[in-house]
Amino acid sequence: MIRLRAALAAVAVLVPAAFLGVFFLYPVGSILVRGLGADGLDRLIELPGRASFRSVAWFTLWQAVVSTVLTVVVALPGAHLLARRRFRGRSLLRAAATVPFVLPTVVVGGAFLALFERLGLADGPLRLTRTAWAILAAHVFFNVAVVLRTVGTFWEGLDPRAVEQARVLGASPAQAFRWVTWPRLWPAVAAASSIVFLFCFTSFGVVLVLGGPTRATLETEVWRHAVFRGDLASATALALVQLAAVVAMVVVTNRLQRRRAVTQRVVRRALPPRASGRLLAGNLALLGVVLGLPIAVLVERSLTRANVGGFTLDHYGALADRVNLLPVSALGALRNSLVFAVVAAGLAVLVGGLASVVVVHGRRAVARAFDLGMMLPLGASAVTVGFGMLIALSEPPLDFRSSRWLVPVAHALIGVPFVMRVVVPTLRGIDVRLREAAATLGATPARVRREIDLPIAARALAVGAGFSFAVSLGEFGATSFLPRHPDRLTAPLALFRLLSQPGDALRGQAMALAVVLMLVTALSVLAIEGWGRRGTVRGDL
Amino acid sequence: MLRFRSVSSSVGLAAVLLTGVLLVGASACGGDAATTAVPLSSGGSGTAEASSTAEAPATTAAPTGPVTLITHDSFWVSEGTLAAFTEATGIEVVHQTAGDTGQMVSSAILTAGDPLGDVMFGVDNTFLQRALDADLFEAYESPALSGVPDELQLDPSHRVTPIDFGDVCVNYWIDRFGDPSDGNASDGRLAAPTSLDDLTDPAYADLLVVQNPETSSPGLAFLLATIAEYGDGWEDYWAALRDNGVVVTAGWEDAYYGEFVSGGGDRPIVVSYASSPPAEVIYADPPVDTPPTGVVTDTCFRQIEFAGILAGTEHRGAAELLVDFLLSPTFQEDIPLNMFVFPALAAAELPQTFVDFVELADDPHVLDPADIEAHRNDWTERWTEIVLR
Repeated sequence: MIRLRAALAAVAVLVPAAFLGVFFLYPVGSILVRGLGADGLDRLIELPGRASFRSVAWFTLWQAVVSTVLTVVVALPGAHLLARRRFRGRSLLRAAATVPFVLPTVVVGGAFLALFERLGLADGPLRLTRTAWAILAAHVFFNVAVVLRTVGTFWEGLDPRAVEQARVLGASPAQAFRWVTWPRLWPAVAAASSIVFLFCFTSFGVVLVLGGPTRATLETEVWRHAVFRGDLASATALALVQLAAVVAMVVVTNRLQRRRAVTQRVVRRALPPRASGRLLAGNLALLGVVLGLPIAVLVERSLTRANVGGFTLDHYGALADRVNLLPVSALGALRNSLVFAVVAAGLAVLVGGLASVVVVHGRRAVARAFDLGMMLPLGASAVTVGFGMLIALSEPPLDFRSSRWLVPVAHALIGVPFVMRVVVPTLRGIDVRLREAAATLGATPARVRREIDLPIAARALAVGAGFSFAVSLGEFGATSFLPRHPDRLTAPLALFRLLSQPGDALRGQAMALAVVLMLVTALSVLAIEGWGRRGTVRGDL
Repeated sequence: MLRFRSVSSSVGLAAVLLTGVLLVGASACGGDAATTAVPLSSGGSGTAEASSTAEAPATTAAPTGPVTLITHDSFWVSEGTLAAFTEATGIEVVHQTAGDTGQMVSSAILTAGDPLGDVMFGVDNTFLQRALDADLFEAYESPALSGVPDELQLDPSHRVTPIDFGDVCVNYWIDRFGDPSDGNASDGRLAAPTSLDDLTDPAYADLLVVQNPETSSPGLAFLLATIAEYGDGWEDYWAALRDNGVVVTAGWEDAYYGEFVSGGGDRPIVVSYASSPPAEVIYADPPVDTPPTGVVTDTCFRQIEFAGILAGTEHRGAAELLVDFLLSPTFQEDIPLNMFVFPALAAAELPQTFVDFVELADDPHVLDPADIEAHRNDWTERWTEIVLR
């Protein structure tokens, strides 16, 4: 029994460690070493002296900070609504919020530009087109779901009686939030913020499409130097700076999460109170503007012809037929994406779930290393990961570089942090007394884990799985760097290809594909989370 | 690749078997490797295979495959075209894509000596010198080159073979302009531009959208066109374009679908391709008889795409046959409607839409690939200072 437990513990450590080591640390290390060998070190030393570098670094940082704060501010009321109120379509709203995740930036960029045009914000004093504001708006659009869902899930598990008691004792709703809810909620907010920050910090397509040609982030600069200028040394220097910043950021937020974690009883009331009409309307209006308007533009474009009036469903009909530009039909590409997403989500749940257990219950040094290491793939540039895999995974027994499964593996690397950011705060929040009580009553540690931790974590795992699934469906960057069989084209790449030639038929089909991708995502996430909910502990413990 | 070698001692045999098991395991995890790298199916790939697997690899026998073709994402041919090669030669083709041209060339440089495939298709004249400097290719002079015009054969030592070409040109939305041949007067409308000079004319202020040459391939091609046209004067030309209200986007999609009239924008002049008008007809919705866009042939820069045999290939013979095939009429005539560029083979027949709606420049702008590689980073940096700062 002891031996079995030790073996299980070893598996929990080894599987995530091997996954991260083989598919991330080794490849990224290889490409960085190669780049440093090619004058990268000299470039790194020169960097701080360059005005252009300082302005790029500064812009990268401040836009990420502001984007993160804005995203949290926009999403928190919605998270409260999802966690504490009951209303029709609640699950649907949760699932729908993931939709922006899967939209390629080139499509969202186009939708935002069209929206600015229509709202009169393309020119004049309120111009948004080609400004930093456009970038911030798009970042909020893409990332609201992260806060809404991670924080919402955690919030739902908080004991509402603490707030009720505070209110009975005379606290105003604001005071109750400030002194009771916020300290408990904080770890989840920090966890969600760190993901949003990393996404914005490494933003690529949004910056290129919406920011105009003068704006650049470290991510776009790494790409420009590595791919367009063929200057691996400079690209490596920039990638190192980016990675160092990411490590520093993750270390700081991890510390914040640990320090402020408050344990609480995990409770689910049978029925949360019904949402008042005004609260619901206000929140839905906010989310409707942020999420709904750009999506509405896409839907409209998929149903119309550019220079002719009236509606049409022809673009959707065309999805089943292969056009000359694509090796498979758009629907075929969608099917590829779904297969990859299932594999990626499965891998992410397995690796992320085990890593979460290690972070919460493992030895301190190992726990901290996992907490940091597993986040890094979110903050590493797609160029570094893609090229690193090419040069590192070329020899047996790691000859994976032409394997089709490298694509979902790359996607899972990005999905793992999502799983962990939802599961870790939940596991940490499980009341120690609950576990102790079970142990006192004679439950073995394994049984405690199975009967207490797992059911409570199942919900969080499902949310993480939904995220990983959506991330995989929408991933573009790393995928485009991996060599692949053309028949295994993914939906985002197909969409990009459709927009590479003139013709309204192609554009209409691209928009229809984007809409179908959104629908498929929403439905899949709905299904995954519905399945996760079944495992949830019910009633008061 | 699994190949049996004769081993003397049983320990050695055990070691090989173990390695084999590990390799099979690895490639089974790796998916494709097992199914595509070892041709298990016999359909046509028959006799040559059988003889080479039994003993040590035969060096002089008929070329064996499979041969792996690495291309950029924009490569596609009709179903059955590559199968025609397999039918004729018994060699299976494994096709892999590796991102856009820049990504493909960069990954080839990173994996030089241990290439991802045997033949690479799609390096163009703007990236050619970089690829040649990295010794990516083995020289091979295809007999089919006799049918290819000399001006497309940029590498005298035949490390690369021209397969197709296309022009990057200024396009305009015909409805927004009067007939160029009428001059400005006839119906009071501005005539369509006919030269690079026209674009700096205040009459064409705020009409043009181009792509950033640091982030876009057509953007770079257009910059090179202006450098070929004006020499050192290109900087003044771009300063004038800036004064005339040029808009710069990061990529072709944002320019054509975002700013250009065709995608619902309000600018009627855009940098695109000579093949964009036929695409506007083929992918029109609803159908149209003639393209809504025209090409300013004086502004064109010629992009030539090459194929080369990657150094380090283990299938040199098969790779040669594949390069020959890429220049065969079967493949060449399949190019235009799939990739929207033009066959390098002079005798290849063009589809009717191309004959009807393409105006190819008689004398497109060109620059020596060595010149491009030597100066492109300086040029694009200067361009950024002039146009964006």
